[in-house]
Amino acid sequence: MKIHEYQAKEILRQYGVPTPRGSVCFSVDEAIAVAQQLGGPVWVVKAQIHAGGRGQGGGVKVVNSVQDVGTRAGEILGMQLVTHQTNAGGQLVRRLLIEEGVQIAKEYYVGMVIDRSKQCVVLMASSEGGMEIEAVAAHSPEKIHKVWINPSSGLTDDEADIVAQQMGIPNTVLVQARVCLQGLYRAFMEKDAMLAEINPLVLTADQNLLALDAKINFDSNALFRHSEIVALRDLDEEDPAEVEASQFGLSYISLNGNIGCLVNGAGLAMATMDIIKLYGGMPANFLDVGGGASKEKVTEAFKLMLRNPNLRAILVNIFGGIMKCDVIAEGVVAAAREVHLKVPLVVRLEGTNVDLGKKILAESGLPIISAGDMADAAAKVVTAAKGA
Amino acid sequence: MSILINKDTKVMTQGMTGKVGQFHTLHCKNYANGANCFVAGVTPGKAGQSYEGIPIFNSVMEASAQTGATVSVIYVPPPFAAAAIDEAVEAGLELVICITEGIPVHDMLRTRHKMQGKKTLLIGPNCPGLITPDEIKIGIMPGHIHRKGRIGVVSRSGTLTYEAVWQLSELGFGQSSCVGIGGDPINGMKHLSVMKLFNDDPDTDAVVMVGEIGGSDEEECARWIKSNMQKPVVGFIAGITAPLGKRMGHAGAIISGGQGGAEDKLAVMEECGIRITRNPAEMGKMMKHVLKE
Repeated sequence: MKIHEYQAKEILRQYGVPTPRGSVCFSVDEAIAVAQQLGGPVWVVKAQIHAGGRGQGGGVKVVNSVQDVGTRAGEILGMQLVTHQTNAGGQLVRRLLIEEGVQIAKEYYVGMVIDRSKQCVVLMASSEGGMEIEAVAAHSPEKIHKVWINPSSGLTDDEADIVAQQMGIPNTVLVQARVCLQGLYRAFMEKDAMLAEINPLVLTADQNLLALDAKINFDSNALFRHSEIVALRDLDEEDPAEVEASQFGLSYISLNGNIGCLVNGAGLAMATMDIIKLYGGMPANFLDVGGGASKEKVTEAFKLMLRNPNLRAILVNIFGGIMKCDVIAEGVVAAAREVHLKVPLVVRLEGTNVDLGKKILAESGLPIISAGDMADAAAKVVTAAKGA
Repeated sequence: MSILINKDTKVMTQGMTGKVGQFHTLHCKNYANGANCFVAGVTPGKAGQSYEGIPIFNSVMEASAQTGATVSVIYVPPPFAAAAIDEAVEAGLELVICITEGIPVHDMLRTRHKMQGKKTLLIGPNCPGLITPDEIKIGIMPGHIHRKGRIGVVSRSGTLTYEAVWQLSELGFGQSSCVGIGGDPINGMKHLSVMKLFNDDPDTDAVVMVGEIGGSDEEECARWIKSNMQKPVVGFIAGITAPLGKRMGHAGAIISGGQGGAEDKLAVMEECGIRITRNPAEMGKMMKHVLKE
């Protein structure tokens, strides 16, 4: 789960990491009021959307008067902010962060993720702040310093000091660096984060370290023990189809193609998308109905796919294990009837009770195209989508 | 022969009194030699009860001491599943298979840290389990699609593994053992550790390796294969069409920071001598082709 920059900074402050003073605003009036409260001479107006690259997209402006705060806030609020992480249409800006401006002497990068190979938390730190760490990793990997953290001891003072020195942080502010790094680590651990970044961490002209930008992603599987994080969720930033799918226990992701696919199991669902492409089509979505696909779930899945105006055909690919093919077939038939399906439907069933399942489809009177195996299914659905 | 489990393995179910645990324990008990293999269940506070003739104990330690079970399968709900793994590790079991999906990643980090230096092997979590056809099935896979034979299968997926197994069986290739290592980012045995066992198993002639986007386990396994594997390996990676930065159902199936993409994995695998196919309908056919050579 993702949150906004201002929310990430609020969490970091709780763990002792200093940030510029500022506040979230939902209107120009609020922005002006916050700017007046903060006092000048410099302010920063920052669009709050979940995607990165906001500055390059024109969503971050430095201004020198309260009047300009109002002007810029008016321009940014309501704009479709396009960045390399949004889709081509961009993301509507509904919230702003108004902050005091700071004089930057030097920018650094610090981030934490889970190292899957080493199975522990890794701190990544670099003297190259303000740019994406992936870019640094590609061009100058020697400038990224890593600390694999032992969960028994946590990020120790020594480890923090050494990595701060490697980053080139002056010795005079090592204690501040320690506070920032250990605060970030504690936030990462206690909030069940998957990623936590301060980029840039800045050294100000008056020799203070501040988190100028922050990003934290959380483990969705751990939200049951973090109601305070769930409260930060902003549904406006999420794909409505994906949100609705999750309410029905479906795993759904929108894609750019025109062939809908409904599959049981995440790996098979990805493989189904892949084979559609291999046969010359493009998948419209990833959709895993999971192990217990009831008639209701299948119906909701059909409704979700049909909401996509680009949809030209649907492929249902089910490998019945514990879930029996006849139960799935009944669900597919009922769902197709309920939604008055107009696009071609190709169904591939295999596994437990497959013959019974195929019989139910054949006797339904619906124009369902039956397929033998995945290759046959992909070829048929791609042809059907082109003809539609 | 087989890897990890056979007809003589003694298994306990942790979380046997839940609906899921009961359902699958019964199916496993009814598969091949299951009636002799599934000897105990563990649910705290329910010692003295039984399910389908299988006695229930309060703790893993007790179940192991009373029945000689050395393997455990876990169906405990996500908030408590990591603790269930810890208990099995502390009791000194040889192998723990965790089926549970949705365990917090930080719980698994703590559990994996505690497992360092312990002898217990872990499969999963978020996996279908493993099977040695016609001998024993531990997990949620449909037993009837499997045939006894000489092909090993290792995969991060559930239904995609069934797809691979079904293709093999249809073409007449039975399986020595099939291992689902699970779709979570922090898990127990990797492709590599299972591959080593298949390489050493005299009754495995070749291996199907099914991977997916996210992490670098497939690449690490491929590099080992290049210099060590003495048997042919057929490979498939799911997620060529997956967008960047999105979790594709499995918690571990995500391309992040430009790493873990399917094309990169396939390139490394091919370079290391694995016979890859980009067509998930042709995993079996590729194996047939390779074995003819």
